[in-house]
Amino acid sequence: MGYQYDWSVISRNMDVFIEGALKTLEISALALLIGIPIGIIIGMGRVSRNKVIRLLSSIYVEVMRGVPLLVLLIWIFFVLGQFLKLGAYWGAILGLAIFTGAFIAEIVRSGIQGVPKGQMEAARSSGMSYTQAMRYIILPQAFRRVLPPLASQFIILIKDSSLVSVISATDLTLNAKNLVATSFRSLEVWTFVALVYFIMTFSLSLIIRYFEKRLLSREV
Amino acid sequence: MITIKNVNKSFGAHQVLTDVSLEVPKSNVIALIGPSGAGKSTLIRTLNALEPIDNGEIIVDGVSIHGKKTDINKARINIGFVFQNFNLYPFLTALQNVTMAPLKVKGMSKEAAEKRGKELLISLGLGDKFDAYPGRLSGGQQQRVAIARSLAMDPQVMLFDEPTSALDPEMVTEVLDAIRKLAHDGMTMVVVTHEMGFAKEICDEIVFMADGKIVEKAPPSKFFTNPDSERAKNFLSKVLNH
Repeated sequence: MGYQYDWSVISRNMDVFIEGALKTLEISALALLIGIPIGIIIGMGRVSRNKVIRLLSSIYVEVMRGVPLLVLLIWIFFVLGQFLKLGAYWGAILGLAIFTGAFIAEIVRSGIQGVPKGQMEAARSSGMSYTQAMRYIILPQAFRRVLPPLASQFIILIKDSSLVSVISATDLTLNAKNLVATSFRSLEVWTFVALVYFIMTFSLSLIIRYFEKRLLSREV
Repeated sequence: MITIKNVNKSFGAHQVLTDVSLEVPKSNVIALIGPSGAGKSTLIRTLNALEPIDNGEIIVDGVSIHGKKTDINKARINIGFVFQNFNLYPFLTALQNVTMAPLKVKGMSKEAAEKRGKELLISLGLGDKFDAYPGRLSGGQQQRVAIARSLAMDPQVMLFDEPTSALDPEMVTEVLDAIRKLAHDGMTMVVVTHEMGFAKEICDEIVFMADGKIVEKAPPSKFFTNPDSERAKNFLSKVLNH
């Protein structure tokens, strides 16, 4: 006969899901907090006038984009983690941060390059240094442009964070795995896990959309 | 006030400026005219180092603009530049556009910068537009804000790169009026323009360029009635007879 569904496994273990979901949000948020400055620095490096800085930034981006996140997490946890005594929790956050940082860097770069060239020329003509022009004229405009792709990146990050369970960092996915192992209700558990991920990412979409609207309504 | 000495510049194999020399005395207004591709815009952009030069020298108010030891940011404070496409900062209001550089570059106080910015905007007929974003302004208004933005740094020299070329015809006058007023106040200016009537009226001298060279330099009374060069005669017959 077919599979007999038993959804009671969800309600009986709600605390496990909630704990896991909160950990997932926590790890993603911290990874983002570290990933954004990485992304801004590397992204500005990608458009730097200095060749060496441009090259190093490009290498960072290409390597991080080319390596599967799974491999990166394992490498950071087992190799780097042994030296730095990172542990699964910080290993997971660091791995996600430097990985997502590369993608944020590309978003920042395209945001900066999307600002018309005349803006930099006008700022420089008024006596601003390159750094001042970046800070006061270019980045504020780049920021507005990158919000939508940045929002997508944050959502991807939340989903990507499910991979941290491979280095046994506690999150929604690891809790779900453990629950499946003890309850054998894999279809119910994974279906509910998908729903929880969707609720987290969709809420984030709505929040970002709200801020975007508020920010953009100032101009035009 | 401006001295250009034997300036050469190429983009790759294409030489855009060939041995250009020119003297602009204080309070003079010079029009750069000529066919497109003549190097007018390139030349005016070298005057504040928006374009580098290959060799030669450009001195503005005693400062060698392309000198290795020159602090170009400091030198540019003295040189206002107005673009064909205005290049206003779209995320800032008209007043914020004008006060940005005085605040950040000159370190002026907010009160002083805003007082001066408002004076400038009022004098350019924009007294009711302080809080308007550029997207809400007409082309002519945007260009006048851009002029105010440059003037806010109290420059000794103003450069205009085709300031009316991107404007609808009915808005050309208001921008030319603003430039005319500056000329009467004794501002040293270089204007790349296709407005021949305007050049004739306010300029002390017309500099005619073709193929990256200065072909002819003459006061407007002479240039527009009896130019020396065939190139200039040819050009004038095309732009004046329609």
